[in-house]
Amino acid sequence: MNLDFAQIVPYIPFILQGIKGTLLVTLISVVLGFIWGSILALIKISKFGPLNWLAVAYTSVFRGTPLILQLTLVYFATPQLTGYNISQLEAAVLTFTLNSGAYISETIRGGIMAVDKGQWEAAKALGVPYRRMMLDIILPQGVKNILPALVNETIALLKESALVSTIGLADIMQNANVVKGAIFRYFEPYLIAGFLYYVMVMILTWVARVVERRMRRSD
Amino acid sequence: MIKIDNITKSFGSLNVLKGISTEIGKGEVVAIIGPSGSGKSTLLRCMNLLEVPTSGKITINGQEITDPKANVMAIRQQIGMVFQHFHLFPHMTVLNNLTYAPTKVKGMAKSEAEKKARELLARVGLADKADVFPSRLSGGQKQRVAIARSLVMEPQIMLFDEPTSALDPEMVKEVLEVMKGLAHTGMTMAIVTHEMRFAEEVSDRILFLDDGRLLEDTPPKQFFQNPKSERAKQFLEKVR
Repeated sequence: MNLDFAQIVPYIPFILQGIKGTLLVTLISVVLGFIWGSILALIKISKFGPLNWLAVAYTSVFRGTPLILQLTLVYFATPQLTGYNISQLEAAVLTFTLNSGAYISETIRGGIMAVDKGQWEAAKALGVPYRRMMLDIILPQGVKNILPALVNETIALLKESALVSTIGLADIMQNANVVKGAIFRYFEPYLIAGFLYYVMVMILTWVARVVERRMRRSD
Repeated sequence: MIKIDNITKSFGSLNVLKGISTEIGKGEVVAIIGPSGSGKSTLLRCMNLLEVPTSGKITINGQEITDPKANVMAIRQQIGMVFQHFHLFPHMTVLNNLTYAPTKVKGMAKSEAEKKARELLARVGLADKADVFPSRLSGGQKQRVAIARSLVMEPQIMLFDEPTSALDPEMVKEVLEVMKGLAHTGMTMAIVTHEMRFAEEVSDRILFLDDGRLLEDTPPKQFFQNPKSERAKQFLEKVR
């Protein structure tokens, strides 16, 4: 076995710096993706024909093509098409938001459909307008139903965010790549990167459990 | 107050209501009874447009609610509805269940809504439950909260859709007591129920439905002692 962790020690702070990139992409994309996914879900359950069709087509395309292709396209094709010099972070957040919005919209739609029909009727009978009913009565219950699925989506997004290294964004993965190039060793930098991802996922899982317990207090 | 003029309702090829006409006067308590599948609930749900009649007219206080241009939300705010399965909002406390619609829909000040809500909770005997979530209540308590939730909107009419059918027998009475109290305040009420004794005691009129038709529209005494139709006789024999 040819392992030498002594050599990598000076580079550890550099790999740790990648946490910032990973977290930035993940957190912003999760929040925006959730909002975007909610909007898509609401469109899908509405009876508004053309928009409805568009949302379904949108989901189909984003689920039906590789994420890395979407990312590459957004980052490299945006300047070509619009002349706007999109930054790595912008491209990463945009792609992940659009992509996870497509996935989350299906989850949220399922959560909304699982809310007891009686809740809709009770809200209607009280004269609550549609928008308020969705925001205050239906969505909160729908989201509670799908909390575990949302946590899974967040974890998946955190791990998939490693793809942003392909456009050179300085996340954990990219910094590990850089260290590999500097010391010509593979195992050590990627082991550290893997460890960091794992710890972050564990923290996320723990946070999700706390949140879930709080939301279940009305049961 | 409510004028129902020859309404029909079909779900696909299924004709649930086959031309029903009646009137409910202000302060009147009407019990709607009949075998299951007779269209009782559908008739009730037409009165606040949870179901839109296929044809026919419903007028409330001179306003035609079946007019496609009618403001459905505004109409519903004047009509309270209590469901068989309560349908309290599970993610809100009892107090918030009551204050939600008045504050968010009617624009009532929060303090005023809370004051009214607490008064109503006291009236249905649940003043001490204001801050608990619905999941902690018994069925009877839930239904009383649901009644209070409707009343806080100050409706002119209250609709009850089998309000005691989902309750354990020992909880039926507490709900019926609240409804009786409400009837005595002069509230206009339409009640779909299987509680024959309650219907006889509280209602001013019985509407007996069978297979989507209104077979009897009579005072309770006459209905229970001497029903006109053969179908009502059979029904009463079975349920009593």
